[in-house]
Amino acid sequence: MRLTQGAFSFLPDLTDEQIARQVQYCIDKGWSVNIEFTDDPHPRNTYWELWGQPMFDVPDAAGVMFELNECRKTYKGRHYIRLSAFDSTHTWESLRLSFITDRPDEEPGFALERQEVDGRAIRYTTRAYAANRPEGARY
Amino acid sequence: MDAITDNPPALDETAERRGAIDLGAEFVSSGLAEVLEQLDRELVGLVPVKQRLREIGALLLVDRARAHFGLQAVSPTLHMSFTGNPGTGKTTVALRMAEILHRLGYVRKGHLVTVTRDDLVGQYIGHTAPKTKEILKKAMGGVLFIDEAYYLYRPENERDYGQEAIEILLQVMENQRDDLVVILAGYADRMERFFTANPGFRSRVAHHIDFPDYTGDELEAIGGRILETMNYKLSPEAQEAFHGYVGLRMRQPHFANGRSIRNALDRARLRQANRLFASARPVTADDLVTLEAADILASRVFSGGIDSYPPLST
Repeated sequence: MRLTQGAFSFLPDLTDEQIARQVQYCIDKGWSVNIEFTDDPHPRNTYWELWGQPMFDVPDAAGVMFELNECRKTYKGRHYIRLSAFDSTHTWESLRLSFITDRPDEEPGFALERQEVDGRAIRYTTRAYAANRPEGARY
Repeated sequence: MDAITDNPPALDETAERRGAIDLGAEFVSSGLAEVLEQLDRELVGLVPVKQRLREIGALLLVDRARAHFGLQAVSPTLHMSFTGNPGTGKTTVALRMAEILHRLGYVRKGHLVTVTRDDLVGQYIGHTAPKTKEILKKAMGGVLFIDEAYYLYRPENERDYGQEAIEILLQVMENQRDDLVVILAGYADRMERFFTANPGFRSRVAHHIDFPDYTGDELEAIGGRILETMNYKLSPEAQEAFHGYVGLRMRQPHFANGRSIRNALDRARLRQANRLFASARPVTADDLVTLEAADILASRVFSGGIDSYPPLST
């Protein structure tokens, strides 16, 4: 099951050129771009691991693409990689854009678990199949 | 979510493709004419350098015209090395270079990142690579100017981390030619030794530009411009004294071309301020902007010494 988190996730995967253009847009807006990765795709897993440092002072997308390729060398096929753009202006101080650039080769999806509580009431929870295996050995 | 969603502009180039391009008009419209003219106007001397910049500009322009007609244009290697004595304007020209390349669309941002060995080479094992990459990332889309590049390579210390920085630089210079232009600068003889020890660099640097020393007249013209920007002027006698000063100073050791002139004028301003202060009479605006002969003649150069601070013992 294809993970749909962040922007563009219902579209086909972006090409490098498209990614670079999005990154340049973010930089021109004054946002700093971060590269993040994780192997736990649960939607509530908000904070992914940060690759390197936030790129506050990179004026051109090529610098970000360079780091993204470095990150791919290590994690491509095994982890999700996403880019996020942080707007530090006062009153925003949060992410303005976030999209997945790379996915594991196979995405097993999520299980829906039903727990019966208090008579007929049911509680639902989702669990990634990938998370059955230990961290680092999921994909 | 914020994102770009615009469509690529519709392609309608077939009509233009058949026609001819007026290179002259292109030269003006790209803004290159203006930059080169400004270069001519603002930088004294440096004839071979300007000539070379013109050639590079022409090549890029022709390449652009070729691309317009759909002819294959291999993106040229634009890495350069600037060699020359101290104070010959290497950094100033590098800054202009970034602008020229930006106007021609060869670098996307046109910013200049100036670094020396300190910024590239780390202090312990494993520190150099991230540091160098950080700088390279910052410079991408612009021009990376490595001042005194020969310090990167220290043959006397085989465990020096400079070699690691050089390897990363070479790799990026080769693989990401479109993203980054590297300019190496330094004194001619030491750069020569640096290139001999690192043949990889020599072959990756396409343009070797030598900055000649300034002549006496050029130095005086430079002095005139420096004073103009600082809102000072020389009295006629001072002009004469300055002429003598330049002639003497050029023949002395530790002469750093433009920089020496700037320093000399700074010291003359110091003396002028002192003189005005000591004169104990009301000063006029004219007094404040005029450097007198005495301000220049007080220099140690005229008594056979070297005008520098701290004083050199010779």
